[in-house]
Amino acid sequence: MSQSALTISGVDKFYGPIDRGVHAVQNLTMEIGRGEIVALLGSSGCGKTSTLRMIAGFEEVSRGTISVTGRKVHTLPPVKRNVAMAFEGYSLYPPLTVRENMAFALKAAKLPRSEVDAKVASIAKLLEIEDILERYPSSISGGQQQRASLGRALIREADLHLLDEPMGQLEPQLRAVLRGRIKHFIKERGLTAILVTHDQTEANALADRIAVMEGGVLQQFDTSDMIKQRPANLFTGTFVGEPPMNVFEAYVGTAADKINLRLPDGLSLDYDKDAFSGLVRDELLKRERVVIGIRPYAVRRSKDGVPATVSANQWLGDQTHIAADFAGGSLVLVEHDRTRLELGAPINISIDPKNLHVFDQSSGMAISHGMELA
Amino acid sequence: MEHTSLLERILRGVALTLVVIFFMFPIVWIFMMSFQTNETILRIPPQLVFKPTLANYTALITGKLTTAAGTLDIAFMRNLWNSVFLSVTSVAVALLLGVPAAYAFARHKFRGSEDIAFTLLSFRFAPALLVLLPLTLYFQKLGLSNTYIGLIWVYQLICLPLILWIVRGYFEDIPADIEYAYRIAGHSWFATFRKIALPLAGPGIAAAGLLAFIFAWNNFVFALVLASADKQPVTVGALAFITSSGIQYGQISAAIVLSITPTLALALYAQRYLVEGLSLGAVKG
Repeated sequence: MSQSALTISGVDKFYGPIDRGVHAVQNLTMEIGRGEIVALLGSSGCGKTSTLRMIAGFEEVSRGTISVTGRKVHTLPPVKRNVAMAFEGYSLYPPLTVRENMAFALKAAKLPRSEVDAKVASIAKLLEIEDILERYPSSISGGQQQRASLGRALIREADLHLLDEPMGQLEPQLRAVLRGRIKHFIKERGLTAILVTHDQTEANALADRIAVMEGGVLQQFDTSDMIKQRPANLFTGTFVGEPPMNVFEAYVGTAADKINLRLPDGLSLDYDKDAFSGLVRDELLKRERVVIGIRPYAVRRSKDGVPATVSANQWLGDQTHIAADFAGGSLVLVEHDRTRLELGAPINISIDPKNLHVFDQSSGMAISHGMELA
Repeated sequence: MEHTSLLERILRGVALTLVVIFFMFPIVWIFMMSFQTNETILRIPPQLVFKPTLANYTALITGKLTTAAGTLDIAFMRNLWNSVFLSVTSVAVALLLGVPAAYAFARHKFRGSEDIAFTLLSFRFAPALLVLLPLTLYFQKLGLSNTYIGLIWVYQLICLPLILWIVRGYFEDIPADIEYAYRIAGHSWFATFRKIALPLAGPGIAAAGLLAFIFAWNNFVFALVLASADKQPVTVGALAFITSSGIQYGQISAAIVLSITPTLALALYAQRYLVEGLSLGAVKG
């Protein structure tokens, strides 16, 4: 659907005086469509929670505007914004049972009792908390409180559902199950949800689009596939993906009909000029220094490759992670078979130009991904 | 209970008994004195066995004090009523002003908020005697001396900072997100304050109120200087028992027993409530 559920435009957040305080969110602009699930992904202090709280109305917007379904809300009190939120700290009301906590907003909205009961029952089933509905928050575990808090948010009908680290406290098996159910629940009802997380697996699993944030700046806002295949800059390239992308600084040189990417320690990746598409080759040759990135899954071992030395070898049960000393740094490669390599064993590495990400050395912005320009 | 030797248990019992006797003795002695006449009280050596009399209490309640020198009028019941009225009203006013103020200081950091809170606290630094003279002069000019309003106002010096600082701490301990969760579910901040913040800080507010009540009840010097006989609380009224014909120990004791009864009852009642309220928050697994 084209109609937007949330429009954030030019939003700045300063803690302290404007332009002098801590600049937590910088000139953030994003648009989220109705029925979309968006994840704000980033490490601690990247501004994702500040953004969420500004949408909810718990933090003032220092500059810019926020609209929910076309209605400017950034100066309204939380009660008038028609958003629901699940808090990272759960924030259940201590004197109420889990059932009362979940039914609370519905009762305030004067829904008939039978309807409230039915809704609580279905959400409780979804989140597997039926057996603790009559218990008080202080007597249940962190994971159960978190599910109750999530339930309290999901049960409401609101223009936006804001979920702050909604599954941080859950056990891995349960988390995987609930992710699927919650996504189905949100999609089935056509809700619009924004979740804040530092867990990229969660973001990948739940979200239609992921907004990667760092240092208060939105780095990239795209689908999980696009973020992996076409990272906008060095930060998203290395932040998203597990294990992280290998990066090396390289000097661009030409010899005969070859392009050489010269790495530290006298190593060089040599490619035929024709191995790159024309546009990519032109961009490459314009520069002296670049940063190259290569996903661990795309690193191959081959006899005529560049030499490296194995420094670690881990079999994870379904794949092997091999770390190697390479070009003055460390390189990780992933193989799907169990590989028997002694520590210190020499290997040879080759990288297909189709899998090569090239970034600008000074700005970190992407130049090309494989055969295409960024 | 940990494994303890018999000797240790005996020693512990002895120590506890000593402490209890040390602290309870004056109160028990006063309680016993309140049922004796001056003659039996002043016997040397003092005796534990005596013929109890209710004369002291009758004298206090009827307001007629019979001494060797004649009959005196004692306004003790009036004083007791003054104490109750002044303390209850002062604490009520302080709660009404202090609790919302404490909430504001806890939740909203505004320019100068710390300075204002500190200024209020600083009322407790200055010795009462330091402010008494200017206060007396002002009160005479304003026509507030010897009025209940004037006294209740001055009692705010005692009650307000206490309530403000204790309750503020309790509000700060409530995670702000609980209130946000309530507000985002469609309630105004005032409803949030009333339905979430106040109940959660309830034990703290009760403790602060109780403490303020005891401080107000025990106040002596403000009431001594700023009020005359008909507005004086028991603390000041007790001076009347020092008569020309000697100190009326029996009546003083009876007066003390009567005047500590309300605070004691309140403390015992509130204690039960406090323990309940505090342990509710402490069950966290």
